[in-house]
Amino acid sequence: MSDFTSGFWPIYISVITLVSIIGTWVFLKSQTTRKLAPGEKAELMEHTWDGDLQDLNNPLPRWWLGLFNGTLVFAVVYLVLWPGLGNYAGVLGWTSKGEYEAEVKAAEAKFQPIYAKFLGQNIVAVSSDPEALAIGKNLFLTYCSQCHGSDAAGARGFPNLTDKDWLYGGEPDTIVATITDGRAGVMPAMGEALGPDGTKEVANYVLSLSGRPHDAALAAAGQTKFAENCAACHMPDGTGMHALGAPNLTDSVWLYGGSEGAIIETITKGRNGAMPGMSQTMGTTSNKEAKLHLLAAYVYGLGGGTPPAAPAAEAPVADDAAPADAGATEAPAKP
Amino acid sequence: MEATTYNYKVVRQFAIMTVVWGIVGMLVGVILAAQLIWPDITFGLEWLSYGRLRPLHTNAVIFAFGGSAMFAVSYYIVQRTCQARLWAEKLAAFTFWGWTLVIVLAAVTLPLGITTSKEYAELEWPIDILITVVWVSYALVFFGTVMKRKTKHIYVSNWFFGAYIIVIAILHLVNSAELPVTFFKSYSAYAGVQDAMVQWWYGHNAVGFFLTTAFLGMMYYFIPKQAGRPIYSYRLSVVHFWSLNFIYMWAGPHHLQYTALPDWAQSLGMVFSLMLLAPSWGGMMNGIMTLSGAWHKLRTDPILKFMVTALSFYGMSTFEGPMMSIKTVNALSHYTEWTIGHVHSGALGWVAMITIGSMYYLIPRLFGRESMFSTKLIEWHFWLSTIGVVLYIAALWIAGVAQGLMWRAANPDGTLTYSFAQVLNNMYPFWGIRLLGGSLFFFGMLIMAWNVWQTTRQGRAVNDAAIPQAVHA
Repeated sequence: MSDFTSGFWPIYISVITLVSIIGTWVFLKSQTTRKLAPGEKAELMEHTWDGDLQDLNNPLPRWWLGLFNGTLVFAVVYLVLWPGLGNYAGVLGWTSKGEYEAEVKAAEAKFQPIYAKFLGQNIVAVSSDPEALAIGKNLFLTYCSQCHGSDAAGARGFPNLTDKDWLYGGEPDTIVATITDGRAGVMPAMGEALGPDGTKEVANYVLSLSGRPHDAALAAAGQTKFAENCAACHMPDGTGMHALGAPNLTDSVWLYGGSEGAIIETITKGRNGAMPGMSQTMGTTSNKEAKLHLLAAYVYGLGGGTPPAAPAAEAPVADDAAPADAGATEAPAKP
Repeated sequence: MEATTYNYKVVRQFAIMTVVWGIVGMLVGVILAAQLIWPDITFGLEWLSYGRLRPLHTNAVIFAFGGSAMFAVSYYIVQRTCQARLWAEKLAAFTFWGWTLVIVLAAVTLPLGITTSKEYAELEWPIDILITVVWVSYALVFFGTVMKRKTKHIYVSNWFFGAYIIVIAILHLVNSAELPVTFFKSYSAYAGVQDAMVQWWYGHNAVGFFLTTAFLGMMYYFIPKQAGRPIYSYRLSVVHFWSLNFIYMWAGPHHLQYTALPDWAQSLGMVFSLMLLAPSWGGMMNGIMTLSGAWHKLRTDPILKFMVTALSFYGMSTFEGPMMSIKTVNALSHYTEWTIGHVHSGALGWVAMITIGSMYYLIPRLFGRESMFSTKLIEWHFWLSTIGVVLYIAALWIAGVAQGLMWRAANPDGTLTYSFAQVLNNMYPFWGIRLLGGSLFFFGMLIMAWNVWQTTRQGRAVNDAAIPQAVHA
């Protein structure tokens, strides 16, 4: 791969680099004078500045010249062995990309035996294997804990993964899809459509859905507005829809807060929840497919997982994960 | 008519502001160090949040403290070693007020979050233009004064000042090329990895020319003056001057090891950084060897202690820097606290200590006195600073190496042994020691301020000092 836009640049780079190194050596050589004889004093230059500033003219210290020349020799040797002179690849043929790929390949081979057996089991089975959970926990701490917390209990705007409430569903396949490709939870801003009064009414209706303290008159006024504006995603009874990641509004779980003020803010401004796809985050990391599988099993096993529907439980285990190296495209479709 | 006096007024203004900005910049540094341990210490105010104070700290210590010091000493030295009063004095006065305005604008805009987001070049485009105008004026005053010198040869300090003034102008113009979209916002003229490369060509040479070349010029005047000895080797000063300036220009890519920067550029950054070791040590050696025959003065003269300790830290950090540029070392050290420790062994150990020593020589003379109000307080300042720097860099060495090793530690199953938060949790004791070290250094600056205040009270501000009868050298 060439980094250069034309054949001129690699030559330009090589020439000025070599001229600089050789030029530095020639310069040092030209400034090297004989050593002082034992007892001989360095000459005092005749200039004087500001009353008393003068300089002696000691020769360049020999060890210092040795150090300088040593680094010049090192530079030349290095540039012969490694890339540096424009397009010249270096005798060793090293590239940073090659080094990285070799490391990933080595890790792939080294750890593959550990992961292979888990990849062959379904998520439910893996989620009760202590060895798998130990690996899953490490992966979770590396990739997920920044948002969901080390204990997976989440934070404002970041779902709690230890409870039974799921935005997109807690079945093994769904969890794999969520982790692999990420999710974009978008609620449109309804502030303009509803107006300030309408927003307050709908907010009170939403409060009433989960039995929270609310103003009954406002809630009654908000009911039709909810049906017209919100029910398409949150469903007429407010229980939400996994397909869109629309939260259930009838339970006690609040992603962005369940006070009247927080709900009004959510309705007015909308929300944009983004979970990155771990398939992309992990990039070219070794045994990626198995890691996604273990991660999903760990999350499933945190306590909130929904057991798969009966037929799926008997299905061949490998269906849980997409074939290797094709996670992003082959992952199960979102439910 | 030929001027018979030196202009000390602008020198004095910059010298006093050096102490003031040093205290301000280091105070912000201490606050930042505390924020790492107690993130809410600034009451959650966005203007005082870590991300906004950090560029304020770097700008204040480099450009306000270091910059004012350089203006002061270069104006002082160029006059005294050229035996000529400043050329275009009104322009010199403008550089003081212009530079001070730049600093004040930085102190206002950075906490407000107005930033280009380019490290050490965060100031937005209107301020960039002001910097350019001030800097060109500075160049005119400096080189104009050199032109009208009475001495035949140009003194070594002035070579270093000349190099620093010219190179900083080029760096600033190239790196700050940007497209304004509003009065407060611009976008860099470069994109992607080119932007990164230009940025670090600038960033590393800001270290090389603002914080090294310029301060070597300072060293070359104040060490022989304070030691009362001739410079060790004229030849060495010539050789290390040219090789230092030439090779520094190549070293920037070492900030981008193992990034999207092409391999060849990373390699060149590394080998030229290694070639920089000898030229850097040339300056250290020339300074330290100047003391031969005057070593006994170190026992009694805390100003000389400051200067020699500064050179020692200079030698140490210019050894450490090339080592950190080696790819395999960089793979461990990069992005860790080690880097911050390295920067501060240069910034506090070298830049601040040579500046403090020089100011203790310079300030009494600007107030018609031979010495500072209290030598004992200088001694105290010296020990506080030295202990402070040692605590600071030792803590961050340990923290940085531990951090690098923990990040790469892996379990037998290939997963990472430590999560990011776990590594962070291990930093607290070291951050505590670093806060202590930084606070000691800061406290030393307060002692300096008191000492300077007393010195100014005892003396009388000298605006014009007589030029001694010309000695043609």
